[in-house]
Amino acid sequence: MSIDARITDEYAEAVAEFEPVIGLETHVELGTNSKMFCSCSTTFGGEPNTHVCPVCLGLPGSMPVVNRVAVESTIRMGLALNCSIASWCRFARKNYFYPDMPKDYQVSQYDEPLCFDGYLDVMVDTDEGPRPYRVEIERVHMEEDTGKLTHTGGATGRIHGADYSLVDYNRAGIPLIEIVTKPVPGTGSLAPEVAKAYVTELRNLMRALGVSDVRMEEGSLRCDVNVSLNLPGAEWGTRSETKNVNSLRSVERAVRSEIIRQAEVLRSGGRIVQETRHFHEDTGRSTSGRSKEQAEDYRYFPEPDLLPVAPSLEWIEELRGTLPELPALKRARLQAEWGISEQELQTIVNGGALEIVEATIADGVEPAAARKWWTGELMRVANEREVELADLPVTPAQIRRVEALVADGSLNDKLARQVFEGVINGEGDVDAVIAGRGLAVVSDDSALLAAIDAALAEQPDVAEKIKGGKVAAAGAIVGAVMKATRGQADAGKVRTLLLERLGVAE
Amino acid sequence: MNAGMEADLTRQSAAVLAGAIAAGDVSAEEVAQAHLDRITAVDERVHAFLEVTADAALESARSVDRRRAAGDRLGPLAGVPIAVKDVLTMKGVPTTCGSRVLEGWRPPYDSTVVERLRAADMVILGKTNMDEFAMGSSTEHSAYGPSHNPWDLERIPGGSGGGSAAAIASFEAPLAIGTDTGGSIRQPAAVTGTVGVKPTYGGVSRYGLVALASSLDQAGPCARSVLDTALLHAAIAGHDPRDSTSIDAPVPDVVAAAQRADVRGLRVGLVRELGGEGYQAGVSQRFAEAVELLEALGAEVVEVSCPHFEYALGAYYLILPSEASSNLARFDGMRYGLRVGDDGSRSVEEVMSLTRDAGFGAEVKRRIMIGTYALSSGYYDAYYGQAQKVRTLITRDFAAAFEQADVLISPTAPTTAFKIGEKVDDPIAMYLNDIATIPVNLAGNAAMSLPIGLAPEDGLPVGLQIMAPPMADDRLYLVGGAIEAALSDRWGHLLIEEVPSL
Repeated sequence: MSIDARITDEYAEAVAEFEPVIGLETHVELGTNSKMFCSCSTTFGGEPNTHVCPVCLGLPGSMPVVNRVAVESTIRMGLALNCSIASWCRFARKNYFYPDMPKDYQVSQYDEPLCFDGYLDVMVDTDEGPRPYRVEIERVHMEEDTGKLTHTGGATGRIHGADYSLVDYNRAGIPLIEIVTKPVPGTGSLAPEVAKAYVTELRNLMRALGVSDVRMEEGSLRCDVNVSLNLPGAEWGTRSETKNVNSLRSVERAVRSEIIRQAEVLRSGGRIVQETRHFHEDTGRSTSGRSKEQAEDYRYFPEPDLLPVAPSLEWIEELRGTLPELPALKRARLQAEWGISEQELQTIVNGGALEIVEATIADGVEPAAARKWWTGELMRVANEREVELADLPVTPAQIRRVEALVADGSLNDKLARQVFEGVINGEGDVDAVIAGRGLAVVSDDSALLAAIDAALAEQPDVAEKIKGGKVAAAGAIVGAVMKATRGQADAGKVRTLLLERLGVAE
Repeated sequence: MNAGMEADLTRQSAAVLAGAIAAGDVSAEEVAQAHLDRITAVDERVHAFLEVTADAALESARSVDRRRAAGDRLGPLAGVPIAVKDVLTMKGVPTTCGSRVLEGWRPPYDSTVVERLRAADMVILGKTNMDEFAMGSSTEHSAYGPSHNPWDLERIPGGSGGGSAAAIASFEAPLAIGTDTGGSIRQPAAVTGTVGVKPTYGGVSRYGLVALASSLDQAGPCARSVLDTALLHAAIAGHDPRDSTSIDAPVPDVVAAAQRADVRGLRVGLVRELGGEGYQAGVSQRFAEAVELLEALGAEVVEVSCPHFEYALGAYYLILPSEASSNLARFDGMRYGLRVGDDGSRSVEEVMSLTRDAGFGAEVKRRIMIGTYALSSGYYDAYYGQAQKVRTLITRDFAAAFEQADVLISPTAPTTAFKIGEKVDDPIAMYLNDIATIPVNLAGNAAMSLPIGLAPEDGLPVGLQIMAPPMADDRLYLVGGAIEAALSDRWGHLLIEEVPSL
């Protein structure tokens, strides 16, 4: 049995016996130009320790000043997540010693988050079709990022055992927002999918709002995944917190593997320890970190170097006015405009094709055709070549051209697919590929009639059946003609000519 | 040097020096050199300075002279020397905060206060001694040894800003910058016979002031006269966008108030809770005389009660250590200053721990531990949370008192300068020295200490504390100026003139 299959089995057993409750804490770097509390650049990838100043280095005497754009972005995110916005809230210091923390405390928010009590609706595919889930949001708050440590030497890649460690404070002070969900019960076996759909939707939302471009490969979105299991009807179990979950795929894997792990522990009579676990991308498994039972006390207290944030109602309403059409509403609108089913829309969304389909339709292609190409043949090619759909070198204009040629009978479906293959292979634009490959529907009646006669001669029994009124048998002759013309005929036309030839009416 | 200037430039007020330099009667370089010579002559005994930046001082003095000669417009204190407490950053100059843990650290940036001194064309002589991280009332907690009171070298010059007070009281500098978290400008002023003001919280930028307790710290002026104090106050005060807690409003006209020096019709509130038992007889006596003087000058003296002041010391010694425990966390040996035990065999936690153990003195460790405890989970509400409530009550006490009086008064400190070594092993006795000054820091309003005579029993200076509502700092100068003028008339000179020559 393959590893994947085994995991699938173990998972099925786990969720058959236990009900998972999940929760997610998502940290996202905001896309501001300057840091949370100073004017240093937030540009990724600079020489280490070049985007620093006394403030983000936490030098003695330096003081923070709040980045107004970061507050705006957080409020806008809160509004998009249907949150209430605090009329007055403070920053707090989270105290702990670690070399990536310039001040040995992190300026964050504790019991007074800027945004609270919201929700985000997500859609998850099930065997019975797409199903909506409402993920409730506990809070959205602001904080500063820490520096980045690189450990050299030692076996573990962690600070303990390293020969030496280097610190890059370019990241220190980059504004982060943390979005914390309330516990999400009732997902059953769909817990991993709900988690992934939630983080995906969060990402879409932030991109739509322009508050972050969410470059996951640069570590700009990081998730902590909380999971607990309970027997049906029983109280919720003890939860673990898995950190270091840094991609959409990992979110799903982390939830799944933690459900399997906890189920094994519980089944063997063990007890779940409240602990922090670290997820490993390579193995898809997590290892135990520190136990919460010996957890650090962060000694939170209100940051005395900053004034409270007290957004006025006018300001909040002004920011509400800047919200773009939110992804969920946009999808509902497009579904109605395009006249497609929820399932069809979900296929487009899950395939990451929404934007390109929208662009193709805007370019004048019929919705059905745009959807057919992008979620059909082109998605197949993208998967086969392991590239993102949007990265295929096919443009809406090319789809419009191919569709026009299909409509006037110059191309059929099969030929059209060959045209796209040529375009993707870099053989030129649509017409260049057609010319280069000699792709054209054979529309010369005499050539088609000759092919029909040849096919009828080869299959006289079929010819008799058709003449006898069994029109359905025409398919065999049409197929033979298509084969003979190497697909370059219009099948509909062949059929019409064939029936005429035999004097049979449809 | 022209006629009219007294031979000893170091005996002059800042106002006189500034006028003489502006008029070309004396060069800024001569003034700087005179003070540097004085430092060389007496600082071995006073130990007011941790660092004397002689070359830079002379260079900036010569620059003032050049620019004056060229006809440039210069600030009102251009060329006047000043000493800066070693808790404010100054680019390239060691800033130790009186601690071993910052040994060797040269900040890459100027604090806003230092920036404003430079912008005012003032001549910075160096950095003054202080209790480690401003924790103390005597400078005995400086890792670099105590400063000495020019009135009696065996006595403390107050603290934490004892170095700044000793520097001006020993004529090493006409002006100094202090910082005041619980009385660190006012108590040294009181025990050295000088003037010191803690401005309204947010009145002077804290940017570059190495934080002890962020919600209490405030930098302010130290001088030998009320007018000099006002001139320096005006030079450093005002909004700074780099300090979020700095007040974005016009600075009260303190110089005009010092010049007006008039208390007629002013209501002066005597705070019942700040006096009596626990106050040295000579302190109480001089204070009572000051009250009589105010009445004689035309002020209306009323008694006010601030019932929650008795909880101020307790609240202060929870809030201050709590904030300090967080503010001082960054001194971990990782980025600057001292690093101990980094021999390749120890973990980062061990190096942090060894560094902090070696780098911090006993008083600092005591307060870090108290603060860490007070903020810890399960104790926060009972300690830090409760202390913040007391703070609110004290602020309300002040607000109520200021409905009945325009300013409030009390003795600045319960005693005159005590002997070095007398209280260093008794933290509570040391803390009690700030009993009258702490409420102002908790409420964030403004206060001044100015000399009102010598205690008969020991011949040491006594200070009067004047307290004003937030952003009414000018009232301090109105009252202080009037008292100083009356007493100078009576004595024929400022009290500081009576300090023994060193």
